Amino acid sequence: MSTISFRSLLSKNDIFGFVALVILIMILLPLMLDIFRLNLIGKYLTYAFVALGLVMCWGMGGILSLGQGVFFGMGGYCMAMFLKLEASSPEQTAIQSTPGIPDFMDWNQLTELPWFWLPYNSFGLTLISIILAPTAFAFIIGLAMFKRRVGGVYFAIITQAVAAILTILIIGQQGYTGGVNGITDLRTLHGWDIRTDAAKYILYYLNALLLFVCLFGAQIVRKSKLGRLLVAMREREDRVRFSGYDVANFKIFVFCLAAMFSAIGGAMFTLQVGFMSPSFVGIVPSIEMVIYCAVGGRLSIFGAVYGTLLVNWAKTSFSESFPELWLFAMGALFIGVVMAFPNGLAGVYSSYFHTYVERFFQMLKQQFYLKFLSHKTV
Amino acid sequence: MMHLEKETRTSNGCRRYFMKTVVALPLAMLFGSTALAVPGTAEINTTGLAVTDTTVKVGILHSVTGTMAISETGSVQAEKLAIEQINAMGGVLGRKIEYIQEDGASDWPTFAEKSKKLLVKDKVAAVFGCWTSASRKAVLPIFEQYNGMLYYPTFYEGLEQSPNVIYTGQEATQQIIAGIDWVVKNKGAKKFFLLGSDYIWPRTSNKIARKHIDKLGLKVVGEEYYPLGHTQFNSVINKIKLKKPDVIYAIVVGGSNVAFYKQLKAAGIDMTKEKPIVLTISVTEDEVLGIGGENIVGAYAAMKYFQSLDNANNKAFVEAFKKRWGDGIVIGDVTQAAYLGPWLWKAAVEKAGSFDIDKIRAASPEIELPTAPEGYVRIHPNHHLWSKTRIGHARMDGQYDIVYETESLIEPDPFPKGYQ
Repeated sequence: MSTISFRSLLSKNDIFGFVALVILIMILLPLMLDIFRLNLIGKYLTYAFVALGLVMCWGMGGILSLGQGVFFGMGGYCMAMFLKLEASSPEQTAIQSTPGIPDFMDWNQLTELPWFWLPYNSFGLTLISIILAPTAFAFIIGLAMFKRRVGGVYFAIITQAVAAILTILIIGQQGYTGGVNGITDLRTLHGWDIRTDAAKYILYYLNALLLFVCLFGAQIVRKSKLGRLLVAMREREDRVRFSGYDVANFKIFVFCLAAMFSAIGGAMFTLQVGFMSPSFVGIVPSIEMVIYCAVGGRLSIFGAVYGTLLVNWAKTSFSESFPELWLFAMGALFIGVVMAFPNGLAGVYSSYFHTYVERFFQMLKQQFYLKFLSHKTV
Repeated sequence: MMHLEKETRTSNGCRRYFMKTVVALPLAMLFGSTALAVPGTAEINTTGLAVTDTTVKVGILHSVTGTMAISETGSVQAEKLAIEQINAMGGVLGRKIEYIQEDGASDWPTFAEKSKKLLVKDKVAAVFGCWTSASRKAVLPIFEQYNGMLYYPTFYEGLEQSPNVIYTGQEATQQIIAGIDWVVKNKGAKKFFLLGSDYIWPRTSNKIARKHIDKLGLKVVGEEYYPLGHTQFNSVINKIKLKKPDVIYAIVVGGSNVAFYKQLKAAGIDMTKEKPIVLTISVTEDEVLGIGGENIVGAYAAMKYFQSLDNANNKAFVEAFKKRWGDGIVIGDVTQAAYLGPWLWKAAVEKAGSFDIDKIRAASPEIELPTAPEGYVRIHPNHHLWSKTRIGHARMDGQYDIVYETESLIEPDPFPKGYQ
């Protein structure tokens, strides 16, 4: 594959997008908000990983997955299992009938740690499994579906079914998974208390950094030949197939990529919020995550981040102001955005603000040249 | 974490409060001031809670949207009623209670977010809230980290004792053991079929029930669980018919109840004939509203409160509740327990002479509430309530006739030895 030059990888607009987002997330928000609100923003940004995955998978590849919560949840659970084992040392769980195992196992009459929990004693293996387990799972689903040319609505329905099945599995096997309660009361990471304000700042920045890494990764895919093939596939799948490409492989790739992004988000969620529960795995959260992506604009990787922030910010502030009516306000927001701006926030930007931004840059440039030239002449 | 600090600060706090009053009293009489008993804010709030000279802020955190809204609405109403009544009596330490209500939206992470907001941003002096165990488990680390105080109203599985929670509902052993003893003694039951929704509360409760049944030398002939929201109970009903238990011990939760009792009736099990007896610990008057009185008439429920309870406290409570929230309303066990929250908090604050959480914690054990609708209750040092357990017999109209009540208050025992 040909190497990608910097110019072709990042257009002027993309650079503007990255810089604006970096300024917002890394500088403005931490300056403006106290740690409680910033921690909430950190939580929202973990959903942005999922929305970003959906931009790649749905916006570019045309594969609508209504089960991204599955991968978010898997990433989150992997991290939660590690943290829970650390919080379940024999000293801390001395009052249990079997000290040294997580509390919910003790309540469910388990007397030893199940085998699949054992790898989560090691942080290294945990990190590997956060990336690998959801990606592998997505690979299996992708292989089974796309090789058989299952697509479109049918694929969306199947991903929903997977989300439902996994939720039922987690809730049903509560001795092994914590059931409906989820895995709660996570405290330390290698002895480092993740609940302190200092830790929250560090985790926020780590989360933001990872998000930018993922955004950059997505950008590389977008601008490569692979990205163009994905778009071609979305528009006319048959033509791509007739041109000699194995369409299924590309679909599997982008689906796995989306799953991996989601899983990273899930793991960061667990670290910042301090617990994981099946309420992120099911159908409803999965659809909510699609809404973030739709509100942001499903074609724009930056739109995904802004969409997630907007929807979640609205959710928090509406529900704080009108605890009994906030759902209506949310409904109105979704309907409004979809009716008025079918391409989401990104669409609003490109049709209304883009020209102003361009003009502003032109002006800056001119100013710069003018100054530069005037200096020369003097 | 689980050990409650035994502090001696109460006595000091009391003394200081007392001294202040002693000094303030003649002064106030001198100046003819009415604010004689109102102590200074700086003294009764040393940790920066939202207390002013005239007000104190508390939080109400329940689901008013989502699947749990139907259950939690009663608790919200009860807590608001209690707060209004307390305010009408002059408030707490001379301060009117203002509440900030947040919606948990039937979603555990939302509960965590909102509880943190209440404690960190609003600095509320206490929170009345949560319903499901999952929501309580989600907020617990936050209450412990930021040292808040939660008054939790639901009957639950036990196995927990946090210094930052007062459990105003019954823990599992209080509800279960008395109920089983009663059915064995009065109905001669020998064979039990245990049944429940599949999560921690029904499972733990049935574990306790099974151990107790074993101890009595009787038999459990079946134990089955179904996911929350399950609506097909025909197979288990067939199993029940086959095994012929004396008692169907049902801990079905939420909407599943409607399907379960309707199908039980449709399968020809007439609960009024008491062969077998249906004994439940999960159906309050609130649930009967959904099930329909005609579908559950004849079943028995074991819990600490029924709306039909005949005493002066309860009559006043029911009347006030209906006056405030409408005539058609029913009051279940959890609603009553939620009503106790603000009153117990008020008593603790007044005993401690302070809004400080540590002082309230130290003051809470042995606090008595003789005016509770369920009758006299007292806080145990383990933060649960001493309470009586009653057996209600379901009527056609959705209410229960109380057929039995334990003679004395039952000691709460969240970590029962021999039942784990």
